[in-house]
Amino acid sequence: MAVKLEIPTALRQFAGKQATVEFNAATVGDALKQLTGTYADLRRHLYTDDGRIRSFVNIYLNDEDIRYLQKEQTPTKDGDTISIVPSIAGGARI
Amino acid sequence: MPIITGTPAVPETERTLSKQEIQRYSRHLIMPEVGMEGQLKLAKAKVLMIGAGGLGAPLGLYLAAAGVGRLGVVDFDVVDYTNLQRQITFSTNDVGRPKIQAAKERLAGVNPQIRIDTYETRLTSSNALDLFREYDIVVDGTDNFPTRYLVNDACVLLNKPNVYGSIFRFEGQTTVFHYPGGPCYRCLYPEPPPPGLVPSCAEGGVLGVLPGIVGSLQAMETIKLILGIGEPLAGRLLLFDALGMRFRELRLRRNPSCPVCGDHPTIHELIDYEEFCGIRGEEFVPVSTGIPEITPTELKARLDRGDDLFILDVREPHEFQICHLNGHLIPLGDLPKRVSELDSSREIVAHCRSGKRSADAVKFLQQAGFRKIWNLKGGILAWSDEVDPSVPEY
Repeated sequence: MAVKLEIPTALRQFAGKQATVEFNAATVGDALKQLTGTYADLRRHLYTDDGRIRSFVNIYLNDEDIRYLQKEQTPTKDGDTISIVPSIAGGARI
Repeated sequence: MPIITGTPAVPETERTLSKQEIQRYSRHLIMPEVGMEGQLKLAKAKVLMIGAGGLGAPLGLYLAAAGVGRLGVVDFDVVDYTNLQRQITFSTNDVGRPKIQAAKERLAGVNPQIRIDTYETRLTSSNALDLFREYDIVVDGTDNFPTRYLVNDACVLLNKPNVYGSIFRFEGQTTVFHYPGGPCYRCLYPEPPPPGLVPSCAEGGVLGVLPGIVGSLQAMETIKLILGIGEPLAGRLLLFDALGMRFRELRLRRNPSCPVCGDHPTIHELIDYEEFCGIRGEEFVPVSTGIPEITPTELKARLDRGDDLFILDVREPHEFQICHLNGHLIPLGDLPKRVSELDSSREIVAHCRSGKRSADAVKFLQQAGFRKIWNLKGGILAWSDEVDPSVPEY
């Protein structure tokens, strides 16, 4: 299944400056494993030391949060988009 | 009858629009979705803006222009030159003035018929509830995680909608949190990133127009909430990518086990948000303890003595083009694979813009076996302040 991964601005520096990457993956977790396999520096930004997705990084399959689907086991189909959405805090210094 | 700033001239129930106000708001009044009724809702509305920076600039201007009856602004910062690239409420003449003072003047100039209350203070767990209580809607335009969580929790505890906007470089996020039945910020992000893992706006930069767009979206949502028209951006996270010029929408859900807005909340009062975000004290002491440091003055003295020091600049190439100290450039991210360019037998002074990235570089090099290595305290900014004012600050 060819799926597209959207890399947010804040993490592009760890992903070869790419905005999107495509992989053949059967599940969301599979796609993320391939992503962090290709770009090792991304790993610590996406996963905790014990291998869980960090709580300030949300993963969406199309427009749905995978926490409300089958998490990393969520199956993907051709043409799906996986988005990595980390929290950003930019605004006024207060 | 004109409304005198600071005191409602007539009791709210009898509020009508003066002839002058009818003229001012005529483009609202001729739309049936707003009309006289909607304009009076705006006149009675009380909105608190957290932050008078990049997001607060268009937000404040549009809310004032739209006739929001009472605008509160919280900020403790002073206008500086680096603000002018995006904070369009301020003019060059405002540099050095408190932001809220400059903002109040500007907003009162846009609309002298509204009440503007300014709070020159840092928003804290001890003042947030009292401040928020007087307002209907809170609009969050801050730049740090502790304040984001503080604003969220205070809004949930007081049951007020939180119009959220956040930006980074070319990318923005916007939503309305804690709209009745909807999710809050903690439902989206239960925990903040550990300090240092996500670059701040000051480090990462931001294209000036971006806060203009995101702040305008926040203004639009605020006005829709007041008028009760359209579909509020609740339960939806709007992502804006300025480079691709694309808007995308993701679904947000209320988390039933959310510690603050869930079915069985465990947070019933405001907590210590600096501690929650793991940055207690660190914000003001950017260089962590245990890292050997050299001050710009000390470095200058040693260079003048002719000491053999290797200056390692760990900033990015585009920063080097702004200004440099004739150092050897290896961006922090490239250091692991370019470490062989460094000679561990020489004394090395690492620097960046403010001293934070170079502290990470020093830590990394220490682990790699380098012993004679120092971090330039305060970075090139401190060098400009203490040694050579001709080096531009950015």
